[in-house]
Formats: sequence, structure tokens, C-alpha cells
Amino acid sequence: MIDDIDRRIIIETQGGLPLVPRPYAAVADAVGTTAEDVTARMTRMLDAGIIRRIGAVPNHYALGYRGNGMSVWDVPDERVSELGRRIGALDFVSHCYHRPRHLPDWPYNLFAMVHGKDRDAVRDEVAAIAALLGEANRGHRVLFSTRILKKTGLRLAG
Amino acid sequence: MDIQDLEKRLLNDFQRDLPLEPRPFLAMAERLGVTEDEVLSALGDLRDTGAISRVGAVIRPNSVGASTLAAMAVPPQDLERVAALVSAHAAVNHNYEREHRLNLWFVVTAPDADGVAAVLDDISERTGLAVLDLPMLEGYHLDLGFALQWT
Repeated sequence: MIDDIDRRIIIETQGGLPLVPRPYAAVADAVGTTAEDVTARMTRMLDAGIIRRIGAVPNHYALGYRGNGMSVWDVPDERVSELGRRIGALDFVSHCYHRPRHLPDWPYNLFAMVHGKDRDAVRDEVAAIAALLGEANRGHRVLFSTRILKKTGLRLAG
Repeated sequence: MDIQDLEKRLLNDFQRDLPLEPRPFLAMAERLGVTEDEVLSALGDLRDTGAISRVGAVIRPNSVGASTLAAMAVPPQDLERVAALVSAHAAVNHNYEREHRLNLWFVVTAPDADGVAAVLDDISERTGLAVLDLPMLEGYHLDLGFALQWT
């Protein structure tokens, strides 16, 4: 799906584009190709969904979104895709993923990261998800983060 | 436009669709009615203050390399030591303390699935604690950016 030059472009830009007038030319120099090739490859990776977006990546916590609740849900496996898509479409949900259960310790199979200004805002948002799920919600929790111990962008060994 | 308005516009309007043309910041400046220098300077300030982590690409998980979400139930008196050990792994790019019996949550990224498994094994072996492996099975959100509310 991606070749070595694509991979090098991703590795070169994973910490961010250089904030210079011609950032793609700077990336091109670093990976040994032309700026035109870099933008053509990034366009192709965007169209293929490998790159989801290119732009300013906000740091929610620094912007005052201190709630940062990871909500986890136990829903019937046969409905997880349908329900996941509906929750993922909510504007306060930044990520929504199906993950495996680990019974008996961990019965939850659907994760939705919920952002709000504070915990009360997050709790209201979680209540909205619970209402949307109705009887499909067989149990849920919100795991608030108490500390960010490490946070960096995607890192791949070069 | 004052600097605060410029920063808000940059944050709200450019979480996606950074122009893929030779001078993307000039194209943004023309849309905003400011200079290229002002855009570069405002983005640099947003980055330096931590409001944005970077200006760049958000890559779909597992399209380049492999990753997983891992969770551990760490006894409170051991949390500092275990958290430091986990964070010290270059393959760990997010590590959060959360309020639950499973109190340590982190993301492991490696070139392939074997690399991810090796990191989880290493952490489990060095701490003597179980590591729950919760890889993404399916994603339901395109992560096209996030609507910020200014109050």
C-alpha cells in the first residue's frame, strides 16, 4: 500500500512539518526526492485514507479540555459496528474503536474518547451516549485521566 | 485581525486541509487576509505554548506499522516506578494514569505486530504484572478534526 519513500515521508513529518515557507521542499530534501513528489504522495495517501488529515493538531488538554474521559461500553458484538459508527459521528467524540473484551476482568468492547471542558461536561456527554445506546448498553464506565505521563506523536523507528 | 483571532482561526479552520501546494502557509494567509510571516509566527507560538502539538499529518493507526492500547493494574505504591519504566520505552507514545483498578493505559507502536508483542512481554517481565492487550479491531471515527468551543 505504501512504499519506502512514502514511509520515509511519514517518518520525516511525524513530529510535524517544519514551519518554513516551503515545508514540502524541506521534507523532499530530507528524504531525497522533489517537493512535487512529496505533495503528490501525500495527496495519494490522503485519498487512500492512510493520512486522515493534514493540519494543526490541537492539544485538547492545553486548550482547556480537561475532562478527557475514556468511556467504555459493553454492547452486543453483533451490533458493535452499527453502534460504533453512530457514536463515532457525535461531535464530542474524538475516537471510537471496537476492541476485544478480556473476560472476566474487562467486559467492554467499545471505546469512545469523550472531550469536555470539565468532568461534568464529560458526564453529560456520556449520558447522551447511554441514551443513544438504550438497551444495547449492558454496562459502561468512564475512566478519567488523572495524569498524562507521556504524550508524543506517532513514532516509528527510522 | 488581532493575534488571538488569528490563532483561533488557525486552530478552528486548519485542523485539516492544509494546502498541498508549494507555499501552504501563504495560501492560508491569503484566505485569512494576513501575511505568510504572520501565519508562520502564530503557528510557531501555538506550538511553543502547547496549544497544538504540531502542524502535520495524522496517520491512520496500523497503516504504517502496528499498534495497540495496553492496560495494567499497578499497585498504587509501585505506580511511579512502573509508569517511568513504561514511558521510557521509545515504542510508547501515550501513557495515562486513569481512575480505575486498571490504572495505567498506554499506546505501543512498533514496525510490526511482533515488535508490539515484544514490548508488552518486556514490560510484563520487568514488572511482574499482567499487561492487557486491547488492539483496535475496527475504528468508527475518521478523526477529521475536532470542533473547539470558545467560551
